[in-house]
Amino acid sequence: MYGNHDTETALVPDEGDSERQAEFDALIADDQRIEPRDWMPDAYRRTLIRQVAQHAHSEIIGMQPEGNWITRAPSLRRKAILIAKVQDEGGHGLYLYSACETLGVDREDLLDRLHGGRQKYSSIFNYPALTWADVGAIGWLVDGAAIMNQVALCRCSYGPYARAMIRICKEESFHQRQGFEILHTLAHGTPAQKEMAQDAVNRFWAPALMMFGPPDDASPHSAQSMAWGIKRFSNDELRQRFVDMSVPQAEVLGLSLPDPDLRWNDERGHYDSGELDWDEFARVISGDGPCNAQRMSRRIRAHEDGAWVREAAQAYAAKQAARTLEVAAS
Amino acid sequence: MSPPAVTSALSIAALPATAKYALALGDDALILGQRLGEWIADAPQLEEDLALANISLDLIGQARILLSYAGELEGAGHTEDDLAFWRDDNQFRNVHLVEQPNGDFAVTMARQLVFASYQYELYRALQDSGDEALAALAGKAFKEVSYHREHARTWVVRLGDGTEESHRRMQAGLEAVWPGVPELFEPDEVSLSLPSVAADPAGLEPHWARFVDGVLAEATLTRPTPRWRSRGGRSGLHTEHLGHLLAPMQHLHRSHPGASW
Amino acid sequence: MTQTPQNPAPNPAAGNGSDRRGWPLWEVFVRARRGLAHQHVGSLHAPDAALALQNARDIYTRRSEGVSIWVVPSSAIVASSPQEKDSFFDPALDKAYRHPTFYDIPEGVEHL
Ligand SMILES: [Fe+2]
Ligand SMILES: [Fe+2]
Repeated sequence: MYGNHDTETALVPDEGDSERQAEFDALIADDQRIEPRDWMPDAYRRTLIRQVAQHAHSEIIGMQPEGNWITRAPSLRRKAILIAKVQDEGGHGLYLYSACETLGVDREDLLDRLHGGRQKYSSIFNYPALTWADVGAIGWLVDGAAIMNQVALCRCSYGPYARAMIRICKEESFHQRQGFEILHTLAHGTPAQKEMAQDAVNRFWAPALMMFGPPDDASPHSAQSMAWGIKRFSNDELRQRFVDMSVPQAEVLGLSLPDPDLRWNDERGHYDSGELDWDEFARVISGDGPCNAQRMSRRIRAHEDGAWVREAAQAYAAKQAARTLEVAAS
Repeated sequence: MSPPAVTSALSIAALPATAKYALALGDDALILGQRLGEWIADAPQLEEDLALANISLDLIGQARILLSYAGELEGAGHTEDDLAFWRDDNQFRNVHLVEQPNGDFAVTMARQLVFASYQYELYRALQDSGDEALAALAGKAFKEVSYHREHARTWVVRLGDGTEESHRRMQAGLEAVWPGVPELFEPDEVSLSLPSVAADPAGLEPHWARFVDGVLAEATLTRPTPRWRSRGGRSGLHTEHLGHLLAPMQHLHRSHPGASW
Repeated sequence: MTQTPQNPAPNPAAGNGSDRRGWPLWEVFVRARRGLAHQHVGSLHAPDAALALQNARDIYTRRSEGVSIWVVPSSAIVASSPQEKDSFFDPALDKAYRHPTFYDIPEGVEHL
């Protein structure tokens, strides 16, 4: 609700820029929030658009791997929970697109960029959800990692993004729990179920850790984002926190984490963990993952198949508006 | 591993009439809920993914209550999941309309208009059922389907009176689902045997028709007059589509007999 | 049917103006419970008011967050400009006498 829709004007630099830059810097230094109609440096706006859009895209692409289990959920209770969960992810996408639109871009444009491959989504969704246990592993590890990132973002310097995150974090709390519950049930079920659970954790553990992004020394945008208060913690800090949190949870599940180097380090007061395969990360992000093509083609197909519906609704609205005016004029 | 002892024992014919009735209504809700669940992530607009998910959730909620109740009345320990996952297609009692494939958005909205308007009249009547459990369910479900009906009305009007293409598709959607209409209002043995419990299907039709015809008129659409009609869902004779719907739905559950999830 | 005029007064369908593609943007306000004011919760896209309201219900009240919803075309909102914020808001800063804490009350006086 930012009104007047003149954000574009803020993109035009003028003589007042240095003064406004100083005001902006002061707000950031004072840990205040930047709001949509405030002046902001071009690069800050661009960085946010990129990050918020990618976050939104991740939410809606993320509906696919889990959504593909809705028709096959093994109980009606699980089916209902899964529908509600996947629906929430759609809602998160919506909140985030809204936040992004306050920066002066349209959702349609953002979708074009996604469909054209010019904006990305979280690489984790390029991995397949092969068994029911994957729904559990996604909830526990993928939502778990997402929550860790998102809690940090609730204090992001850009107001609408931070507010969307607060709403999302409230809703996320059930996602991780339902995933944990699925795995716990499987791990304490039949031998086949336990095997299914272990297999899912084996496949999702490393990709989940990579969700925090490249190591700090190889993360190109991190320093600037930290300075702007868009990011509050470094990739490695959050990843470490996630590892420390997950190890005892895995013990409760009775499942092992697939990392021979995972052990407690007394000196650091943290768990040490093995190297992640960053080549694979780069490869999957750049399009060569097991599901990239499938995810994109499904997304594009849904969008294209829906075009006639969106057009019809607009045409109807225009007709109705014209009718209202006709009545008013007569 | 042996399959659960309870599953083989299910005999629809031996069920008390009220259980059969609850099963029929529950199957309608379950199968349509399953169908709508197929839309999630493929809707024309993100906002609509959420709306269809809500409707699907409401229907699955109704199904869970109704199937649990049928199992309870049977008294053989069958749970909602036993009934949902261990029956073959000829033991399902839903009407053909709900098992029809989703088609395009217009077909789905046509089916929604027909079925939500039917459920609206059904649950309105069932609120006065002599069976307390059914009356209570109807009270809750009536609010849900009132919204489903309004959602369908909104879309049918927009598509019917939108563009040329949407009008054509919407009319085609109606033609596709209309053969399933008479089955909804056909008096069946079970409801006839339960005059103080069940809603009289034939009695629902006039109210249904008044509403639906109003929507079609507003949408500039024509009520189809199909040359054939569906028959047999309430007695377990289904279309080929139901088997394809049940195969993925039941596969995982049946692959691990006796397991809990 | 007449042509749609250049500047139809209340025409939510026109949304944010012709430069925007797709369905127009709406702002959503939800009253969480009786006795509270409607509060801005976010936005959504919808072709018209009826669908905006339905969508708002599906998106923003999935966890019974509300008892009443308003939707407003985003284009209808007129906002104060950040450039004018000094002249708009600073003059109120030095009027501390508008706040009860400004006043010293002798000890022992109650209900004031
Ligand atoms: Fe999410
Ligand atoms: Fe989530």
